Amino acid sequence: MIANTEPRLSARHGAEVDSPARVPAVDVVEDSTGITLYADLPGVPKEKLDVRVDGETLIIEGEMALEIPRDMEATHVEVSVPRYRRVFALSRDLDTENMVAEFRHGVLKLRIPKAEQARPRRIEVSGE
Amino acid sequence: MNGLSLFPRDLLAEMDRLQRRLMQAFEFSPSIRGSSQGYPALNVGSTPDSAEIYAFAPGLDPASIDVQVERGVLSISGERRSELPEGDEKTSVHLNERFAGRFHRVITLADDLDPDAVRARYRDGVLHVSIQRKAAARPRRISVE
Repeated sequence: MIANTEPRLSARHGAEVDSPARVPAVDVVEDSTGITLYADLPGVPKEKLDVRVDGETLIIEGEMALEIPRDMEATHVEVSVPRYRRVFALSRDLDTENMVAEFRHGVLKLRIPKAEQARPRRIEVSGE
Repeated sequence: MNGLSLFPRDLLAEMDRLQRRLMQAFEFSPSIRGSSQGYPALNVGSTPDSAEIYAFAPGLDPASIDVQVERGVLSISGERRSELPEGDEKTSVHLNERFAGRFHRVITLADDLDPDAVRARYRDGVLHVSIQRKAAARPRRISVE
């Protein structure tokens, strides 16, 4: 339904791909009417979050904007790259036109409904 | 889990495992409370006037974060609830990477920090704690006569 694509695939999305980026942790849940994706993007203000669909590719990018005193020297660093990037391949049954995004306290919640005709239909399996 | 398997292992999970092993190999003295890959991730910096701590803790209610300075240690704790459905037959979980549950991280503070001059703000999922140095400990410019 929704899969991690190879980096090769994302290389066509511009020069910014070359800069290193953190891979945000995500949860992806599917129910009969659609897919919900949660992504952890701490430090990213709303205006620096970029969620877009290019063909059947979903791209989530964000740039951190932390308040850091000018004369600060880092003494312990676990987060060293100030941007996030993650790319997913979407399947054709998803209706990206009606995707809804919410962003609060650094968590992105994306709801991607399934296209009407893609709602589940039970297929009988015949056996011997 | 090891040895021959019917299906090749998930490549990403395998890379994750390798990365963890690498981290362990290079981290010679991990904290007694676990490796540095916890939730929330921490960045710490220092200025002549203060220590600045950034905890990357997305998805919390700011009022529920417990920040304490005690006996020379800054402690940050709280709980993050899972967004995943519980035992619902109609839903399936494809990816489950985000932290859920109780967390607690501590940072040992330098002696010259003032436990009464602490400021904490939560913005865009990052908790920023700023602790002032005691006035006597700040560098002062001495004019030479």
